[in-house]
Amino acid sequence: MAIGKVLVFAEADGAAVSSATLELLTKAREIGDAVEAVIVSADAAAVAPQLGEYGAAVVHAADPQGRLSGVVGAAALASVVASSAPAVVLCAQSYDGRDAISHLSARIDRPVLTNAVDVRVDGDALVAQSAMFGGNTLVDTKLTSGQPWLVVVRPKSFAAEPGGAAAGEVVSLGDLELGRSGEAAVLDKHVEEREGPQLEEAAVVVSGGRGIGSAENYGPLVDDLAGLLNGASGATRAIVDAGWVPYSKQVGQTGKTVKPKLYVAVGISGATQHLVGMKGSDTIIAINKDPEAPIFSVADLGIVGDATTVVPRIVEAIRARG
Amino acid sequence: MNVIVCVKQIPDPALPGELDPDHTLKRDVKLILDESDMYGVEMALQLVDAAGGGEVTLVSMAPNSEKGGLRTALAMGAAKAVLVSDGSLAGSDSLGTARVLARAVERAGGADLVLTATESTDGYTGTVPGQVAELLGWPSLTFAKKVDVADGKVTIQRQTEAGYDVVEAPLPAVVSVTAGVVEPRYPSFKGIMAAKNKPIDECTPSDLGLSGDQVGWSGARQEIVSVAAAPEREAGEKIEDDGTAHERVVAFLEELKLI
Ligand SMILES: Cc1cc2nc3c(=O)[nH]c(=O)nc-3n(C[C@H](O)[C@H](O)[C@H](O)COP(=O)(O)OP(=O)(O)OC[C@H]3O[C@@H](n4cnc5c(N)ncnc54)[C@H](O)[C@@H]3O)c2cc1C
Repeated sequence: MAIGKVLVFAEADGAAVSSATLELLTKAREIGDAVEAVIVSADAAAVAPQLGEYGAAVVHAADPQGRLSGVVGAAALASVVASSAPAVVLCAQSYDGRDAISHLSARIDRPVLTNAVDVRVDGDALVAQSAMFGGNTLVDTKLTSGQPWLVVVRPKSFAAEPGGAAAGEVVSLGDLELGRSGEAAVLDKHVEEREGPQLEEAAVVVSGGRGIGSAENYGPLVDDLAGLLNGASGATRAIVDAGWVPYSKQVGQTGKTVKPKLYVAVGISGATQHLVGMKGSDTIIAINKDPEAPIFSVADLGIVGDATTVVPRIVEAIRARG
Repeated sequence: MNVIVCVKQIPDPALPGELDPDHTLKRDVKLILDESDMYGVEMALQLVDAAGGGEVTLVSMAPNSEKGGLRTALAMGAAKAVLVSDGSLAGSDSLGTARVLARAVERAGGADLVLTATESTDGYTGTVPGQVAELLGWPSLTFAKKVDVADGKVTIQRQTEAGYDVVEAPLPAVVSVTAGVVEPRYPSFKGIMAAKNKPIDECTPSDLGLSGDQVGWSGARQEIVSVAAAPEREAGEKIEDDGTAHERVVAFLEELKLI
């Protein structure tokens, strides 16, 4: 049974729609009778074909004009909520997604369910499933407030599949009422260099934790192996906070969620906040010198040993194969 | 410059989390200061120092009148605290919490800047900072990994997927800070002793003009329909490295057809 109109907060980097947005649109088609999207972009026409292909019949567009996308998004969502009363608003558990939903929630006085890993229709209600305690407990929650029901979904919770429809019809939202929230201005954007496949898309992810010993070891113990396996390199928060690698490499609760075919954890203890970001991987290899490290409880292959000797030997053996 | 920091007292995250019969996190245990909040407290202390005057005030909400975590933040150097505490707060969702915190900010006399963590360690919704800002009618600048205040404006480096953005807003504003924005200090012995006598203004939601249906379970307008254990991942093969473990890894990679 479907549940009325579902409005998705879409995010894009230029013309590239985020994979989390495509996942949300796919789910929105399943639970809704109609799917529409809100996008904060100066060039909505560039993303309308892809948003349409994944299910958004209408793309409501707001121009950021140098303001925060999430904050403008909240005003844009509020405007569509007021004009066309969607039953559900979905957004991704991303930076801008959280800005958008939090401002929207306070603005229209609706509670929000966050960290959802699944959303389903149950009779005339919407049930969101979220993972607690680092993913070992699943809680199903139903909103009993008036509509729209606001749900924030963790990326990679479901597959993205195109529905094959035509480009969404772009509707410009014009001037939006932002109040003082619109006074936050984006002055500059810094993009950190990255090479190789992106962390969220890579088929293999090799991540390093504090057990690699030093920032200098990240190259030989993590990057090299990732490179040989055509993968991306990731990290725990411990080594991001220590300044060894940039935050964009962080996997886990407050970083990225990855679901590669293979995840290799090098010198990582396996804290719940790290596990939640990687335990959906098809296969996991862990290398840790502590036989009791929690990471071994999720590993298909666990090596109890010193990463600083085991990993270079693996790298050497793969290189030797040519 | 006066800075208010929203802080949360939580069950010790090192202990396994438990649920109450109503399916909310068990909180009638000893609560400690959420480590994520130490960054905001430290940032606030440094900003007030740099401004050459003013004070740091804490605002917090708890279903019991726990103060241990607040004492930790007071020992770091905060001047005073507002603690909103009442049994009726149990079950509050993020919007209910934000309502309480926004009113507590007003009760504390307002501020030039409100700092929060990006999310709490136990609830991790990550929505409270934006909700508090919207309720106060202030701009919110979230996920800050660097914060500067000058000439009546706050400028941050905001974490993004690709790097960071420089974002600026006139004060007053709400800023959420990431771990790593500054290195929190350890409370000194003198600080710990001084904290014992610092004022904590304890009040209830009704003192803040909030009605029962705006906080707690009834304010949350949601119902937990089931709680279940997630399917466990099975641990597989585990071997001790005797100098040949890399061969097993290489064979495993071959089985996966990755090399
Ligand atoms: C609100 C919140 C959010 C968080 N979000 C995240 C998140 O998104 N992502 C994240 O990763 N963490 C997150 N954390 C932090 C998390 O709790 C852990 O502190 C962190 O994951 C630990 O990182 P680590 O495994 O690198 O370090 P440690 O826990 O210190 O583990 C290091 C491991 O290396 C092993 N080791 C040491 N030397 C060697 C060696 N020579 N060879 C092999 N092994 C060795 C040790 O046995 C140990 O198991 C969060 C925490 C909080 C409170």
